Amino acid sequence: MEEFAALLDALVYTTSRNRKLALIAAYLRQAPDPDRGWALAALTDGLDFPAVKSATIRGLMMERVDPVLWALSRDFVGDTAETASLLWPEPQDAQPQPPLSLVAVVERLSALTRTSAPRELPALFDRLDARGRYALIKLATGGMRVGVSARLAKTAFAQAFGVAVEEVEEYWHALAPPYAELFAWAAGGGPAPDLAHTPRFRPFMLAHPLEDGVVDLADYAAEWKWDGIRVQLVRATNHEGRGETRVYSRSGDDISATFPELLDVLPMDAVLDGELLVRGSAQGGEAGGAASFNALQQRLGRKTVSKAMLRDYPAFVRLYDVLLLEGEDWREAPWKSRRATLEAVMPLLPASHFDLSQLVEAENFEALARIRDSARDEAIEGLMLKHRDSPYIAGRKVALWYKWKRDPLLVDCVVMYAQRGSGKRSSFYSDYTFGCWDGDPDAGAELLPVGKAYSGFTDEELKKLDRFVRQNTLNKFGPVREVARSLVFEVAFDSVHASKRHKSGLAMRFPRIHRIRWDKPAHEADRIASLRALIKD
Amino acid sequence: MTAPPFSWIRPEPWGIHIVPADAWVDPSRPVPRALVTHGHADHARGGHGITIATPATLAIMELRYQTREGASPAEYGESLDIGGGVTATWLPAGHVLGSAQILLEHAGERVIITGDYKRAPDPTCEAFAVTPCDIFITEATFGLPLFTHPPIGEEIAKLLDARVENPDSCILVGAYALGKAQRVIAELRAAGHTETIWLHGAMEAMCRLYEEHGVVLGDLRLVSDAPSKDAMRGQIVVAPPSALNDRWSRRLPEPVTAMASGWMRVRQRARQRGVELPLVISDHADWGELTRTIGEVNPAETWITHGREEALLRWCELNQRRARALALVGYEDEDD
Repeated sequence: MEEFAALLDALVYTTSRNRKLALIAAYLRQAPDPDRGWALAALTDGLDFPAVKSATIRGLMMERVDPVLWALSRDFVGDTAETASLLWPEPQDAQPQPPLSLVAVVERLSALTRTSAPRELPALFDRLDARGRYALIKLATGGMRVGVSARLAKTAFAQAFGVAVEEVEEYWHALAPPYAELFAWAAGGGPAPDLAHTPRFRPFMLAHPLEDGVVDLADYAAEWKWDGIRVQLVRATNHEGRGETRVYSRSGDDISATFPELLDVLPMDAVLDGELLVRGSAQGGEAGGAASFNALQQRLGRKTVSKAMLRDYPAFVRLYDVLLLEGEDWREAPWKSRRATLEAVMPLLPASHFDLSQLVEAENFEALARIRDSARDEAIEGLMLKHRDSPYIAGRKVALWYKWKRDPLLVDCVVMYAQRGSGKRSSFYSDYTFGCWDGDPDAGAELLPVGKAYSGFTDEELKKLDRFVRQNTLNKFGPVREVARSLVFEVAFDSVHASKRHKSGLAMRFPRIHRIRWDKPAHEADRIASLRALIKD
Repeated sequence: MTAPPFSWIRPEPWGIHIVPADAWVDPSRPVPRALVTHGHADHARGGHGITIATPATLAIMELRYQTREGASPAEYGESLDIGGGVTATWLPAGHVLGSAQILLEHAGERVIITGDYKRAPDPTCEAFAVTPCDIFITEATFGLPLFTHPPIGEEIAKLLDARVENPDSCILVGAYALGKAQRVIAELRAAGHTETIWLHGAMEAMCRLYEEHGVVLGDLRLVSDAPSKDAMRGQIVVAPPSALNDRWSRRLPEPVTAMASGWMRVRQRARQRGVELPLVISDHADWGELTRTIGEVNPAETWITHGREEALLRWCELNQRRARALALVGYEDEDD
């Protein structure tokens, strides 16, 4: 546990990617099995201890620290785990105890229940110093926040043992912590894991934003960037000869339980890439069209799905690509061959649950730009541009795929509330709630909140905004400050929807701060009515 | 008719007003007469008619503002009649060279303004003197229970270890130019580090001033005088925090960025500044020192000037101590 805590701390303080890789690789080489497997799981967010929540930790602290002092400290630090690790009262008469191994900690955490956790955790805390407690709480509650992505951790694993990271990715999603087979193969020289009969996730190919560039349509094909969720549908025949289908999200999470209607509709073994949508008319017209993202949201994140949900929001997949088909791996083949294969297989797939993402034909790039500009009416995010010769490569490779989002909508809003950020921005007022006028501001209209944003500004601007908040505070509500209605943000957003959650009756999709209008008087900001006119539900 | 107790001392947003003497303590705007606790810029602003402070503080202000006009020295322990029946006494605060608490006495009532202070030992300045009073006006920069400044020896050892572990790099230590830098250097010397310590140009004059006041800092040289980039490998460089991520540091060989500050206790604070080697070294009182000092001074009332006053206020409430927070503006969370 001490070594793992030291690794986490070292990672927190290291900005260089190469140094991070070296730190993780060194740990993975030195740590014993199965400790290093659990560490790898922790770094890739692969651990879950449902008995320990942030609230559990807070509850423990409340019994030991004054609640007001706790709240003020938590607010300052911006992280419950770190606050608790620093405020935990050190035991007065600590007996020296043998060091805890990571696997011992994992086993004890797994054995906890909601009721036993508050009883058992203090003994663990008492055996560790502040650094160890921090690591323990992060491990238990998830989300390391040490600036290491799952991909970076896997790359470090590959570097540690001299194997290819692509191969690690290939096996990864079919294996479970502490990844004994993976270590046996990479570190121990054992055989590669046998996964042919598992419907496992293959990493997605992703796109770069097309900034100001122009592409030649002779080289690139265009298709709509549909506004659903990217999914991978995998069917494999298991050892009993039965086909098993799973649905994976972009991050490789198995979301099959959320979309049961997709689990027995693939007639052959395959790995397909597409956009999951629900039926409707907002995207792609009346016939066979899809509803807006807002409708799809009704279906997301559910562990069980009611009949009514299945009836009212039926899901289907609009297919983009084929990775594997009936045992054949198409990923090395150029996009145009994969596209032809996909088109050939379409008639075999039930139209009730599949359709094909149509190509957008245009004479030239300028014509394509015009088509893209008209896309807003169809609630589509923009266009995808795919190189006709591109293989299907995991991750984001330059110049193969581009996403060409349409320009955002803009509205001028007035800052109303600010909240301190967390993580890198703890102590800075970096989350802003802003509003629009419900009438003529010069005739006594009021501001109603329309959204919240915490991105779109530079670090320098953040400092200035933070100062503005501190100097213009009207009221404090815990971590939230109400500020004088004097600062205007030009807010960019992708779309706006009707929402019962907000008093304004509106919810913006992906709002971010486009420009800070230090110069603009608040009464010149936009009105709710002009925002409402943009609703396309 | 007698005035209500302590009505002669009045906190205003820009400083503490000593009404019968018409003088101000650490005012953030120019006044005819200022009593200054110590030389940090947010407490010792220029442009006052008369500035009363310790000789070292006046020397620091002269270095910054290039003038001695209106300077009026007060030695530690010396009581000055400042008019209106008010006596002022400068007492060591243990914060930086020349730093003082100011004891004000009027009509049998005693008020202490701590300015910034710490209780941990510091070879570069005189130790804080616990002095009884009725009203104790304290700072609260690190006024949260999570702030515990470890013994400085541990942090200096981390710095020296990092030097050994990174022989091809130099260790670049960000430290506030007045006080922190000299304390870190003096503690490095006390830990047996006798080699040259390299300075950013902005540090030079203040280090010289410290030496003129009897603080021994050993062999110091400017980075700009280094013979080559390679010569800096394995060396310790001290620079103001603003220079850490500045173009200036590009002249150094693969520097390991360290920072000596009480804020380094919190991981994300270190990350925000790109610090790779956080050194929890502060010239302010930590939570334990703040609360212990209130207990030892045992005033009838505690006023809290700047920092995280809410938490200290809460502590006073929990410990049945009368307290109030003053809304002073202009004091900053310096890079301490």
